Amino acid sequence: MSDPASSVRFRGGGFAPASSRYSAWLAFAAVLVVWQGVCALGWVSPLFLPSPVRIVAALWHLAAGGEIWPHVWASLIRIVGGWAVGTVAGLAVGLAMGLFTVARATGMPMVSALFPIPKIALLPLLILWLGIGETSKIATIALGVFFPTVIAVYSGVDSVPRNLIRMAQSFEVPTAAIVWKVILPGAMPTILAGFRISAATALLLVVSAEMIGAETGLGAFILQAGSLMQTDQLLAGVTILSLFGLAVGRAISTLERRLLRWR
Amino acid sequence: MELVVDSVSHDFGDLAVMRDISFRVASGEILALVGPSGCGKSTMLGIVGGLLQPGAGTVATVGAPPRGSLNPLTFVFQDFALLPWRSVAANVAFVLEHAQLAPAERQAIVADTLRRTGLAEFAHSYPKQLSGGMRQRVGIARALAVRPEILLMDEPFSALDAQTRDLLIEDFMRLMAGNRLGAVYVTHNLKEAARLADRIVVLSRRPARIRETIVLDRPRAARDDAYIAAHQRALWSLIRDEAADAEREVANV
Ligand SMILES: Nc1ncnc2c1ncn2[C@@H]1O[C@H](COP(=O)(O)OP(=O)(O)OP(=O)(O)O)[C@@H](O)[C@H]1O
Ligand SMILES: [Mg+2]
Repeated sequence: MSDPASSVRFRGGGFAPASSRYSAWLAFAAVLVVWQGVCALGWVSPLFLPSPVRIVAALWHLAAGGEIWPHVWASLIRIVGGWAVGTVAGLAVGLAMGLFTVARATGMPMVSALFPIPKIALLPLLILWLGIGETSKIATIALGVFFPTVIAVYSGVDSVPRNLIRMAQSFEVPTAAIVWKVILPGAMPTILAGFRISAATALLLVVSAEMIGAETGLGAFILQAGSLMQTDQLLAGVTILSLFGLAVGRAISTLERRLLRWR
Repeated sequence: MELVVDSVSHDFGDLAVMRDISFRVASGEILALVGPSGCGKSTMLGIVGGLLQPGAGTVATVGAPPRGSLNPLTFVFQDFALLPWRSVAANVAFVLEHAQLAPAERQAIVADTLRRTGLAEFAHSYPKQLSGGMRQRVGIARALAVRPEILLMDEPFSALDAQTRDLLIEDFMRLMAGNRLGAVYVTHNLKEAARLADRIVVLSRRPARIRETIVLDRPRAARDDAYIAAHQRALWSLIRDEAADAEREVANV
């Protein structure tokens, strides 16, 4: 006679994040439906929380009437300009700090000291220096972008495996080619992760700067809509900002897929 | 061409790593370097390959390298050191891109070395898609592409499982014989040393000195299991006490 068999109970379930394409959209739709329902039932005053349908309508009016576009353009130019300046400078300084001992020894304490300053606090000073126009806003954004970029590039370069550099040296690959073909690609994952952070910083700073001193730009538009209690327009502005954020995230994801296919 | 290592000593700060090491390796000759863990074998290889400057002594090559050799002393690394963002073919091409070669010529060299190492059909694969054995084949292909005279190999097969290692060693022996290549071959595996080497330099524990140089008189193809086992035992009796001491030393750190 054999012993009774008992099957081994499966106990390895859970914890593995399985992504479902639709669940995210479903959850999003559910929130919108509930929101719309709450508004339709009159549980909240439309003055404090307009319904999603009204926000979309406001968005439509603003876009069709052409009223919003100068604000969108103004913000876009500031974001792109500030981000580009901060990124180029950050790449150069971060690379130098990753590659050269002297640059690291002098740069690191400086960066550590200046990184934690909320850059928006420097806007008044920059306005004094550069005037109330575009330059001071772009400079604020550039500063905000510069520091996280430096840190991302520096740590990316620092994390490139030494053995790959030694390998290249042992085959007499010239130094410039080592930087270009070994160090930069090796640092690229960290650099792109840094882009995500710096893009979010640029978005945050453009809105803050425009709320402090500007007639145009989405920040100024939102502030003005708020003071006129036009909450539907206010939230339409916020929606545009969140679309900005989504678009940037998408762009960086595409870049990552292209450049980091090897991972 | 001959590689001449003359009275090399080296320290890392206060740590005396090796004292007065001398040996010669000629083209077509395989010299195995064995010794207890941490005695300075990798350091020695780095010095030989010009990646480290010796504290004292000299490393030189005597005689002209063969014509067309782009890198007479060429490393094969234990961890393969492949660029993960480059395909197999591009990893091999990497070491040719700075040489004065026409693109067609470069492609021809890449294709030829991939064929000789059995990698032709993996030319467009990426390192992460390959097994460890295949990855080290890429490391060997890359080394062959620059037409080396003497290979510097630091435990090239130790990251592989035993079966893969045996297969790769057989292929490797064929390649070495076909190309009249020399090698300085660092290994922990005494059997491997007895199988591959023409001479075996046995190092003492740190600071490493040469304890003994064993000459294997039979040609590689004529070494049977008994011959290899006898030399393996002889090597083991030479280093077992020191290996145990080195182990204890590591444990006490
Ligand atoms: N860059 C370095 N700086 C300081 N000490 C080092 C450095 N590289 C190696 N060492 C030390 O020098 C000694 C020799 O190291 P090495 O790697 O050459 O030994 P090894 O014989 O190759 O060891 P293993 O058998 O473990 O591979 C070790 O004690 C190691 O800790
Ligand atoms: Mg070693």
